[in-house]
Parts: sequence; C-alpha cells; structure tokens
Amino acid sequence: MLWACILLPQLALDSVLRGRDDADQPLVLLTGPATRRVLQAVNPAARALGLSAGLSLTSAQALAQGFITVEHDPAATERQQQLLAAWAYRFSSQVSLHYPRALLMEVHSSLGLFGPWPRFEARLREELRALGFRHRIVLASNPVAARMLANAHDGLAASDPATTRAALAAMPIDRLGLPPEAATAFSRMGLRRLDQVLALPRETLARRFAGAVQLHLDRLLGLRAMALECYLPPDRFESRLELNFDVASSQALLFPLRRMIEDLAAFLAGRDAGVQRFSLFLEHAEGADTLLPVGLLAAERDAGRLLELARGRLEQLTLRAPVRNLRLSAEELPAFVPQAGELFSARARQQQGWEQLRERLRARLGDEAVRSVGAVADHRPECAWRSAELPAVPGGDCTAPRPGWLLEQPRALPLAGLRLLAGPERIESGWWDGGDVRRDYYLVETTAGQRGWAYRQLGDARDGPLWLQGWFA
Amino acid sequence: MGAVVSLDGLLDTRRVWKGRPLVEAHGLQPTGHAGLDAVLPGGGWPAAALSELLLADEGAGELHLLWPSLARLSKAGERVVLVAPPFIPYPPAWQTAGVDLRWLTVVQASAAESLWAAEQCLRSGSCAAVLCWPQRADDRALRRLQVAAETGQALAFACRDQAAALNPSPAALRIAIDTRPAQWRVLKCRGGLAPNRPISAAGHAG
Repeated sequence: MLWACILLPQLALDSVLRGRDDADQPLVLLTGPATRRVLQAVNPAARALGLSAGLSLTSAQALAQGFITVEHDPAATERQQQLLAAWAYRFSSQVSLHYPRALLMEVHSSLGLFGPWPRFEARLREELRALGFRHRIVLASNPVAARMLANAHDGLAASDPATTRAALAAMPIDRLGLPPEAATAFSRMGLRRLDQVLALPRETLARRFAGAVQLHLDRLLGLRAMALECYLPPDRFESRLELNFDVASSQALLFPLRRMIEDLAAFLAGRDAGVQRFSLFLEHAEGADTLLPVGLLAAERDAGRLLELARGRLEQLTLRAPVRNLRLSAEELPAFVPQAGELFSARARQQQGWEQLRERLRARLGDEAVRSVGAVADHRPECAWRSAELPAVPGGDCTAPRPGWLLEQPRALPLAGLRLLAGPERIESGWWDGGDVRRDYYLVETTAGQRGWAYRQLGDARDGPLWLQGWFA
Repeated sequence: MGAVVSLDGLLDTRRVWKGRPLVEAHGLQPTGHAGLDAVLPGGGWPAAALSELLLADEGAGELHLLWPSLARLSKAGERVVLVAPPFIPYPPAWQTAGVDLRWLTVVQASAAESLWAAEQCLRSGSCAAVLCWPQRADDRALRRLQVAAETGQALAFACRDQAAALNPSPAALRIAIDTRPAQWRVLKCRGGLAPNRPISAAGHAG
C-alpha cells in the first residue's frame, strides 16, 4: 500500500480567499474573544504590510492600515475539507480526514488508472491549484509516515518501506507528531533526529516512556497498522457562500457562482454522478430568498456547461433586493452516463453536441423553448399533434392529404375568388371530451395561388365563411 | 515574350479567368427535385452555406421544395431544426412526406431571439439543417448565418418575403418561389450562372 498525504497548510485562509475576487488585497483572519482579537492567518499581501499570525488586532492596526479582516469560521473550513475529501474520493476509494488540515489517500491501487506517480502527482497539484488551495504532497508507504514527512517535505516520493524509513530517520524529532513531553525529553537527552532514537534499545525506550510513544514510533515505521476512518461521500450537495457585502447586479454574482459550480463539479466527479436539477438561493438581507431553479433534460457534470446554464438563467433574473449570501443545493444526483461519440461519425467536425446545444437554447429562451412534435391519433386537426420535450414516437400514417403547416387559430377566409379543389371531407369527433367538432373540410386555392385547408362548420349557411386551418406549403 | 509560363501557375495566381468554373461533384446535398438539381452548380443545395427562399406569400410552397431534403437528412439520423416557424408543423403531413419526426426539433423564440437561436444551432455542428424565418434580417444578420453555416457544416435555410429579392444578399443560393404559376426561379447561385429559365414546381401546381 502506498499512501499520499496532501497537507493544506493554509486551509482556513485559502477557503476564504478562493471565494473572493480580490485575492491580492491584504487580508487577515481574526479569531479569539471580543476582548482579545488575534490574527489567525495573513495572506502574502498582508505579510508585506508587516503583519503576521499571532499579532493582536490592536497592534496590527497600529502597524498597518487598509487590510481586510475576515472572521475565522471553523465550520466553513470544515466544509472546505469535506469538499476536498469529495474531490480526492475520485482518485482513491480510501480517503481519510484523520488529521486536521490534511488528506490521506491510498494511491497504490489508483496508479493503474492515473498513471505513474509523477504524472498522478502533477495532476493532483494542477487540480488543487485550480481549486485554489496551497498544498504539500508526500508519498510514503504508510499513512502516519506520509503525514509526518509532509511536515518537512514537499514532493517527496518514498515508495517503499526502506526509503520511507530512510526519509524518516533524517527527520527532526519534534516534527514527528510525538507527544510534546516525549519530544522535549528526547531533545533534552540530546537526541535530535529519529535515527538516534531508533538506535536506542527498544526495552529501555519502553521503560522510560509512555506506551503511546512506542506505539506512535511503530506506526510511523509501518510495524503496526493504524485503523483509519475512511471518508464516505454524502448523497447531496449543499454549499453556501457569504458575500460579506451586498451585491446588486447579477453580473457581480458570476464570480462566486463560478466557484460554487466548480465545487459542485468536483464533488460530482468524485461521486461519478451528474446533476439534473439544482437550486440557487439568493439570500437577501430581509425578505424571502430568491430561488433560481436550474433544470436540465439530462444529467450533466461539466463545470463550464453548468455555469453557462446557470448564468443564462441568472442573467434573465431581475434582482428585487441586493444579495447577501449565495446558496447552492443539489438534491438529485443521478448516475452520469457520458455521451458515447462515434469514432467515424459523418459529422466529424461537431464542436458541440446536441445535448449541450439544447441546454444552451433552453437556458436563454426558456425551459419550454425546445420541443419535438409528435402525432396523436385524433381526427380533429388541432388535436392531432402535440409538442413534447423529448422526441416523440412516430404515430400512425394518414393517407388523406394533410397540410404541412397548421394555423394556431383558424381564420376566416373570404369566399371571393376562392376555388374549391377537393372536398368536402367530413370530420366529426370529440363529443366525449367537450371539444365537439363537426366540420366539412375543403382543399381550396386562393387567388394568389396558395393552397389551403379550410372548413365550414356543419350547420352554417352554404355561402357562410370558410375557416382556414392550414397551408399546403 | 517568349518566357515559358506554366499554366498551373497562372491559374493558381488567379490571373487567368476561366469561363466556366468546374462543376463540383454531383449529389452532395441533392434537393430531391431532379429539375432543380440539374441547374444548380453543386447538383443540389450548396453544402455548409446559407440558402435563401423568397416566398411570394405565406404557405407558398417552401415545404414542397424542402421536404425531400429534410426527409433524406432525418432518415439518415441527422437533426433538422425549425427556429420559430410561423405555423405549427402538422405531424401527419410531415410524416407522409417522409420526415422522421424524432429528428425534427422546433425551437420557439421571439423575433429578436430567433436569429441568435438559428446561429447557435448552425454553429454547434450538431444540426444538419436549420430553417429560420428572419423577419427583418439585414445584410449583416444573413452574413452571420452564412458564416455560422460554414462553421457548423450545416444547411441553413432562410425563408423571407419576396420583397427582399431586390436587396443584395450574402446567401450562396437564392430561390424565389412563385405560386402563380407554381415555379422556382433561381436568382443567384454561387459557383455558376443563375439559369434565366424558371423551373416548374411539378407536383405542387393544380
């Protein structure tokens, strides 16, 4: 087994920064009680102002001005870590959040799918960068060693127990996650590195130190296994973003929306699911939330496409009040079946599939805009067709001549100059559903030469008006 | 004088004008009407280009002209899209004409959005034929459709009023559809001279 540890040294700060489009502004995270506010983390721009973690807010304000303060929210950080676990779940079936601010994943069984470790690692790094998290990645032969080596290394790949042991042996004793009193005791004994500790006889160690120390050392070297609790992805996706300021234009919502949808896509890829319906809640300072439902005809999980669809609907929305928070919720996550493309398709230059085009049209023109027509076995012309979202099954054949265009509403046709070419054809039907129809149909030709399909109500006068219902175009 | 100039080179630099350009291979996108196919330079619709149908009146016979092509495409499993048609396509008649309704899609759009929708359909490359009824399409709008048709390798048909026949148009093919007598007049066809003799719309008249 090979374990990779992805350490996220700046998880709390990154979770805040990735939701903002002004990431290069000085920003600090605040924590602590109201009487003693302390800087929990600072971004590089704030560090350039001379600020550092651990300063109190009053001294920070004395040092510099014009930095943004954000309240540290452990719950939000926890949500980000859950999201990262969902992301990692697509690469490995064993993902653990055992250690705070770190992801442990078993990668040996994933190498067959994602290629040799250097390529796999490059992919992990690239995706983490896109998600906006700074990280350190270390590979080792057991999870504890991977986590502890990540304290001092980045990019280390110790792919067998011997290299792992060698890498561990050179580690300083206080970076190994030993109980603090044991680490202090070791360094006071003059043992600075792990190999010096390992050189001691086992019995003397066991006599002098608590059992936990020996246990930890054994786990570190892979001599004893550790039971890890593995991550199980949830069945629904829920994400909420506090904008911290009021947003009055839907354009300004696009940036935070993009982040949320990228998170959704990462989550879906991990679950190997798609999303068919999700809701966007725009929360206002007061009053009910504005709900923006986004429905698709087929499950989808590409971030770019999902964003485009949500954007098309968002742009049509007029905001009745400034938006303060944004929430995205996806309840139904059906299995995602990728479209199978033909290798030797006649339409080889197809840049965009029909499904994407259909969703794009629906997003801009409305959910009802793209329809198929189907035939219905009914003699009444206005009932003999229906419009459906999905392609209709072919109906029965009709041998009598029927017009290609049907008028939505029949309109009166003046009799003057009209030539009756065929008819009458009696259509009498529908007494059972209230849409009773008793008509004589004629094939007519107008003075201009168009040929139409017109009828006269049964019981009307012989010279009464004809009602045009279709064109033989 | 006396310099030997290769004929191919002259032709390549387009300094020599040839009276009749080569007629492309026949049968690329046949219209399904033998009389019309015979006079059109490509032996049918110009592939991946805009064709303009200029109607004398509503219901003048555009479906009679288009149905064979639409039936051929839909039977081959290629998508046909009607963008904002003025009437409801009546399924029994379309089926009788041989159109496979599973591959026929109607997009409802307002007059302002219909050009956008048509362009999207053409550009996507997933539609074989796109029919639209632009109300007040100017030269620029038609050119956009023409470019989109080239990009997506699709047949674009714009049905317009015959009053537009006098305006120049970027369409590769322009056919005026008369009702009395029922005939087609080719006003312009790219890659050849437009025949000055109208073609009878057989089967439709009388």
